[in-house]
Amino acid sequence: MRMPREHRLGWLLSAPAVVAMAAVTAYPILAAVRLSLYRYDLRFPDARTFVGLRNYATILTSAIWWKSVAATLIITVPSVSVELVLGMGLALVMHRALIGRRTVRTAVLIPYGIVTVVAALAWRFAFDPTTGFVQGLGVLDRPWLSARWSAFTVIILTEIWKTTPFMALLLLAGLALVPTDVMRAARVDGATVWQRFFRVTLPLMKPAILVALLFRTVDALRIFDTVFVQTRGALGTEPVSLVGYDTLLVSLNLGLGSAVAVLIFVLVTGAALVIVRGMGDALPEDRLR
Amino acid sequence: MPAPSGCRAAHILRRACVAGVVFVSACSGGVASGPPVLRWYVFDEPSGAFATAARRCGEESGGRYSIEMTPLPTAADQQRSQLVRRLAARDADIDLVGMDVIWVPEFAAAGWILPWQGDDAREAVRGRLPSAAATVRFRNRVWAAPLTTNTQLLWYRTDRVDRVPTTWDDLIRTAESLGDSGTIEVQGARYEGLTVFFTSLLASAGGRVLAPGDTTVALPPPATERALGILKRLATSTAADPTLSTSREDQGRLAFEAGKASFMVNYTYVWPSARTDAPEVARHMAWARWPSVEAGRPSRVTVGGIDVGVGAFTRHPRLAFRAALCLASVKSQRTAVTMGGLPPTTEALYDDPDVRSVFPFADLLRQTLREAVQRARTPLYTDVSLAMMRVLHPPSEIDSVADVARLRSAVQRALDSRGLR
Repeated sequence: MRMPREHRLGWLLSAPAVVAMAAVTAYPILAAVRLSLYRYDLRFPDARTFVGLRNYATILTSAIWWKSVAATLIITVPSVSVELVLGMGLALVMHRALIGRRTVRTAVLIPYGIVTVVAALAWRFAFDPTTGFVQGLGVLDRPWLSARWSAFTVIILTEIWKTTPFMALLLLAGLALVPTDVMRAARVDGATVWQRFFRVTLPLMKPAILVALLFRTVDALRIFDTVFVQTRGALGTEPVSLVGYDTLLVSLNLGLGSAVAVLIFVLVTGAALVIVRGMGDALPEDRLR
Repeated sequence: MPAPSGCRAAHILRRACVAGVVFVSACSGGVASGPPVLRWYVFDEPSGAFATAARRCGEESGGRYSIEMTPLPTAADQQRSQLVRRLAARDADIDLVGMDVIWVPEFAAAGWILPWQGDDAREAVRGRLPSAAATVRFRNRVWAAPLTTNTQLLWYRTDRVDRVPTTWDDLIRTAESLGDSGTIEVQGARYEGLTVFFTSLLASAGGRVLAPGDTTVALPPPATERALGILKRLATSTAADPTLSTSREDQGRLAFEAGKASFMVNYTYVWPSARTDAPEVARHMAWARWPSVEAGRPSRVTVGGIDVGVGAFTRHPRLAFRAALCLASVKSQRTAVTMGGLPPTTEALYDDPDVRSVFPFADLLRQTLREAVQRARTPLYTDVSLAMMRVLHPPSEIDSVADVARLRSAVQRALDSRGLR
């Protein structure tokens, strides 16, 4: 049990961080929530009126919103799943590599070090019919970004290429947590490679997997730059963040745009809660109990 | 081991301080005594024609002011979003604004630019092509001086066709008969260019987007259906570029210069560009009036261009109006056309030998501009355009009958400021 004094000291020490977080996170979020209750267009500042939840009703009854939610999920689910599998593979390689371990780790991390906009442009040019090398590969010869599903494919591939290293890095930290004596004991007991991986490594890594999944899902749900660069939301590839951008910064509709932003916040928080609940018993706190 | 983090932090902080001091002193340089510096926010014109005009106007002011250009991004939608964010925050740094013609009603209604009065207002539109002068008028006032204008022509390959198609139906048929090399380059990506393309088709079919007064939807069913039908027919034809749904002006230009296309509707900049980048193609490149929709009824093509307005929060309004007149003067237009290939707004310049050497098609261009059509003149133009392109894209999936109603309701919702778009 903690001592009350220690408790107070703890709060005191974290106070600066709490204040900073309140200033840079809580305030903007609350301001957005407040704005979302107004009809407020930057071009007609005098016409500002309180409309309650009408902006939310407008969005939730709009086909554009639900299409963008679908597009966001179409991008998020495949990219995060593939990243988890590939990331695990890369993490195992990095963990086990006996020679050139640093070289392997550096090489794996390169895509993650590239600015997203640059990576998105590189993939766009690669798949472009005039400049792209993909066209030279025979059966792949088609205008990739000019049709809906092939455009999704390019977007998802870009995402996977770009963020698998991040996933691998988080999983590598989890792999390091698996005690070697447990692995040895499993081997002595006659467990095969696959049994050791699925029965020992994975359960022990659950907290790391949870964190990796959480970070990447939250990140993927907010996808913006890749789509902005590659299709600018055309052909039904428009994710929710692009709808928010267009409403806020193109239509200059601060009220409606803030409502979109708040809904994205709710969507992301909801997804995070689902993941945390789904992995339930893997939480470190629970294991301590 | 890395260096102790405290040390590192102090080091970073020191560097940040130095950078801050340099920044502050650099900024304070602008407040030094001397004639006021007027800042002109305008797109980063690549040839330097605007910068040259700005310098000349400062020199000719007799020491009353100098003009400094603040370049905006190349993409029009990003220029606008940068400008509106500053103007909505009442930025006094914006003395002069280079506006795309479609922003004038929006900026005027929001109170972001100052209206022109008396002699200045008359001078701003004197001798201008009526279609260019119309771009600066809104609610019976003048809000800017027209600097450059723009419109599209039909470009084609003389070595591949011996007769210029005059209607869209004729053009599509001719292109299809040419086989692989018959491609027609148009703007089909989901961006302003698609709205422009459709607006030209609609106007050529005798329709318009908004009714006179620009507050209610027009989109008359027969003309709208005809325009949608042509867009659909072109998009599903073998003559369409396979990348139509992502094509912008520049992709069209590149495809034409690469010899892949035989036709293209595009702005006049493609002519100087082809002569430098693809002289082989330029030798066989010719121009014609934008195709018409109905035989015998000349096409009406959308007008573009840049207008110079005065920022509403400027500290030097009087000087800014003088400077705007100079920036849009005949001399500046001449610089813009000779250096940058941007069509002038003053009608008489189309007879000028310098202009005619840049634009051998000057007469056709002037004729097209005389009969040009304006995009909807409403403060909600951006919303209207976004709503339209959402229905029109991808062009290959247009349903020319059902989409008339969809287009009408989308534009109506945009005018009412209702819903997402």
